[in-house]
Amino acid sequence: MALDKIGIAKRIAQELIDGWYVNLGIGIPTLVANYIPEGIEVEFQSENGVLGMGPFPFEGEEDADLINAGKQTITAREGASFFDSAMSFAMIRGQHVQLTVLGAMEVSQNGDIANWKIPGKMVKGMGGAMDLVASAENIIVAMMHSNKAGESKILKACTLPLTGVGCVKKVVTELAVMEIKDGKFHLIERAPGVSVEEIISKTEGDLVVPDVVPEMNLA
Amino acid sequence: MNKVVKNVSEACQGIEDNMTLMVGGFGLCGIPENSIAELVKKGIKNLTCISNNAGVDDFGLGLLLQNKQVKKMISSYVGENDEFERQMLSGELEVDLIPQGSLAERCRAGGAGIPAFFTPAGYGTEVAEGKEVRIYNGKPHILESALTADFAIVKAWKGDTEGNLVFKATARNFNPMMAMAGKITIAEVEELVPAGELDPNQIHTPGIFVQRIFKGEKFEKRIEQRTVRQKS
Repeated sequence: MALDKIGIAKRIAQELIDGWYVNLGIGIPTLVANYIPEGIEVEFQSENGVLGMGPFPFEGEEDADLINAGKQTITAREGASFFDSAMSFAMIRGQHVQLTVLGAMEVSQNGDIANWKIPGKMVKGMGGAMDLVASAENIIVAMMHSNKAGESKILKACTLPLTGVGCVKKVVTELAVMEIKDGKFHLIERAPGVSVEEIISKTEGDLVVPDVVPEMNLA
Repeated sequence: MNKVVKNVSEACQGIEDNMTLMVGGFGLCGIPENSIAELVKKGIKNLTCISNNAGVDDFGLGLLLQNKQVKKMISSYVGENDEFERQMLSGELEVDLIPQGSLAERCRAGGAGIPAFFTPAGYGTEVAEGKEVRIYNGKPHILESALTADFAIVKAWKGDTEGNLVFKATARNFNPMMAMAGKITIAEVEELVPAGELDPNQIHTPGIFVQRIFKGEKFEKRIEQRTVRQKS
């Protein structure tokens, strides 16, 4: 069965490595913080200026001065730090943040990502996404394999305006985990009960499929 | 040097039509709400506003937009604002969207005497159109120029009579860089204290970057996305 958003977040959480600083984008990526594997310590950076982001505050304890990049009220963990936006992006551009997880409208087999603009519709802006994807060493994209019309979003080439070029290394969808290398998608794992045939049929880009594709282990 | 002005009206003296303003804040967090209210009251028009966001319909810079006082916005993210969308789609409002890190660094550069810099952000996208590209360490970078403003308006938690500023939590955001990049920088603060009361070790923005400081009359500090968890 295809994963729900929580399943995607749980699978991405398995990619976390002890000691990493991690930036989580808005949407599914934010959920990753709820499923950190036991024994692993990571610190979350939010680009509006906090390192060591904690969970949402208890009711009545919200602080208008303490928010994340999605403008949600948050808390700061012990050992957290605050800084200005220039320093925040120095951390990101300077590759001090080891992993960026973000959503996408399209990804292509050479690692391009489009997630900020649909021509003809309201343009809200790229926020920090272009800085994040241009610099992060590891970028994992959390997304749905197809759009609402059933068209694949895992493409040979993006059709929407790009956010970054050649930067995505790994994609986790409701159906599969794929790596991007040598200009192709490589199928690594499939969601429990999802067939390789279904993944192939829903992937427009070139997909390298090994003889055996293990199921994700989300237990 | 005493930078204290007696109120918001004195602080905003000299802000005129067609000027470029930097306005601190991220979303509604750390915005100079007293000064924005004063600009609405003064009715100054054709402003170019450099600010990460454009507020919401009825708060923050959204108030200036409602009043049609803004000619151009230079921002990184402008969602959550219907009036903004209407003016942008109808062509009344010019909008320049900039990657957030580039916006922060362009303000910092403007205040630091760095006319331009190369960044990887935006390479290969429409942001790079018309910009010089150079390869450093095997990777393409684009040339971005510094930003300055006639006035920078920032909000701090505490300030002293010398203009030294201390920000609270994530309300710091763009305020320090914008303070550096304004020809005249106005700081509105929640607490204004005599020189000597703030620990010099803990100052975030040194007073050299601030020309006018005042204690804001009222801070609503509206929360844009109230998210909480339940006590279990």
